[in-house]
Amino acid sequence: MINKLVFENLKHRPVRTALSILAIGVEVTMMLTLVGLSRGMLADVARRARGVGADIVVRPPGTSLIGLSSAPMSEKMVDFLRRQPHVTHAVGSMTHPLSGVTTITGVDLREFDEISGGFKYLDGGPIRNRDEILVDNFYARQNNLRAGSTLYLLNRNWRVAGVVEEGKLARLVIPLDVLQDLTANPGRISQVWVKVDHPANVPKVIASLKEKLPGYPIYSMEELTSLISVNNVPGLKAFITVIVALAIVVGFLVVFLSMYTAVLERTREIGILKALGASPFYILDILFRETLLLALAGTLLGILFSYLTRWVIMSWAPASLTQMIVPDWWGIAGAIALAGALLGASYPGWRAARQDPIEALAYE
Amino acid sequence: MSENPIIRVRDLRKVYRVGEVEVHALRGVNLDVPRGEFLCVAGPSGSGKSTLFHILGGLLAPTSGAVFVDGHDLSRLSDSERTALRRRMVGFVFQKFNLLPTLTAADNIAIARHIAGRSLDHDPWFRQVLDLLGIADRLHHKPSKLSGGEQQRVAIARAIVNHPAILLADEPTGNLDSQNSAAVLRVLRDLNERLGQTILLITHDPVVASYAHRVVRMLDGRIVDDTG
Ligand SMILES: Nc1ncnc2c1ncn2[C@@H]1O[C@H](COP(=O)(O)OP(=O)(O)OP(=O)(O)O)[C@@H](O)[C@H]1O
Ligand SMILES: [Mg+2]
Repeated sequence: MINKLVFENLKHRPVRTALSILAIGVEVTMMLTLVGLSRGMLADVARRARGVGADIVVRPPGTSLIGLSSAPMSEKMVDFLRRQPHVTHAVGSMTHPLSGVTTITGVDLREFDEISGGFKYLDGGPIRNRDEILVDNFYARQNNLRAGSTLYLLNRNWRVAGVVEEGKLARLVIPLDVLQDLTANPGRISQVWVKVDHPANVPKVIASLKEKLPGYPIYSMEELTSLISVNNVPGLKAFITVIVALAIVVGFLVVFLSMYTAVLERTREIGILKALGASPFYILDILFRETLLLALAGTLLGILFSYLTRWVIMSWAPASLTQMIVPDWWGIAGAIALAGALLGASYPGWRAARQDPIEALAYE
Repeated sequence: MSENPIIRVRDLRKVYRVGEVEVHALRGVNLDVPRGEFLCVAGPSGSGKSTLFHILGGLLAPTSGAVFVDGHDLSRLSDSERTALRRRMVGFVFQKFNLLPTLTAADNIAIARHIAGRSLDHDPWFRQVLDLLGIADRLHHKPSKLSGGEQQRVAIARAIVNHPAILLADEPTGNLDSQNSAAVLRVLRDLNERLGQTILLITHDPVVASYAHRVVRMLDGRIVDDTG
């Protein structure tokens, strides 16, 4: 019975109801998109690292896990690592930031082909000249590139030699020495990818490398990919927290306003219910159920919207942004939205619950 | 007067405080209403009729005096006890019909049962009431689709659905034309005669008053005339 009243109330003001649901939906989408983007982009980084086909990664001392800047390690490290027992391949690569989240990677292409089994070319072929570049299919799609297209990066024009299947090393790849020259970093690299003769020997090799290279972060590939997470990116967690807090405030304000106007508008009806003997709890129950319904519908809408934002992102900026769908956050985002909404409904609810029925009935 | 009146009021006083000003709305009302009576309360505007009803119905706490409804002492009740009293013992009918506009007539009646925590299954007594009210075929309409007289009859059904000890009707025909008024009054009289419902009714209209067993007249917060 009470549900019928709640339902009729929501139906009675369809625009207000729709706007409340929409606002909560946007709130939930904000959270899901942000978390999905963080995770998606990190998963991309991890996937491309795995795509190299190495077993171990050696990074320069004092660098953060996903810090992509500069080339602080000497190329000599590659030869040193190649000479270690059980090591079959060692390839140095240099990552240079371009703009935003985009980076360009330099690597010795012949050595990289050996360790990784080579790129899969979807269009064009390998690099033959120093002014040629490889782009992956996402970057190509986002920037309308094909083999033979011209691309302006690092203050010069490049010819796209080939479009490769994404998921290996980087989205933009040029020869290592070209990148070193262009960025005035001769002989320097950002990390070394190491392949071992047998997977069983990975722990042994890591242990001996750690002894010989104190201070160098050395990770197995599993370790590296598991460390690439929201918690290990400096500031990301705080950023997500801030956005979630903002989302709560938005949800709170919208529901507050919506319920506040609903309570004012229904002064008389609340008075009638009270005259019929409804307790304050009964009135609160009605309003909280309405709020619950709004939050639930808003959460569902927000989940649907997160598919929409993913679709938009994947069709407009697949190379710069990747959004994952994060079902484990559906409940969390829903609970957060509900908490904000209930908080927003509590002051209007309190006002409604303590309304004097005689005054309310005299209210026009 | 019956030995066990359903309403017993002794020296009832009510003072409203509006800022510095005190309004003495009731100045010592004494009243006994036997079970099953159809009583009419008349009197000029501002004489305290509605205030008396609000106190009898548990919407308002008295300032002093004794009020018993069906053996319960209303002068000592807390807010939540008065709420419970409204739920169980009192039915209100107002001049403005005060139906919930978003619910159908049937649901307007059902919600009163729900508030009282009673089941919604069919009550043969209640079918009889609906027949008597002549609204059985109008129950699935929203109030806006009903005439004033129909709305008021739905409001009466809602007021008595929980078998209240007393039905308090504050100018129930004030917003109705004479035809609808007559229909509503007939319904009230039938409820009283056939089902033994105790009814107190406020009116300015001598024609309305003629339906009642007894008429008391109020003036300046006191009962000044009693036909009983
Ligand atoms: N909430 C209130 N605050 C202050 N004064 C009030 C309040 N309610 C009623 N009064 C005053 O108490 C007196 C009695 O009012 P009441 O409504 O009981 O009269 P009534 O006999 O029902 O009048 P009417 O025929 O106009 O309905 C009036 O002087 C009125 O102004
Ligand atoms: Mg009055």
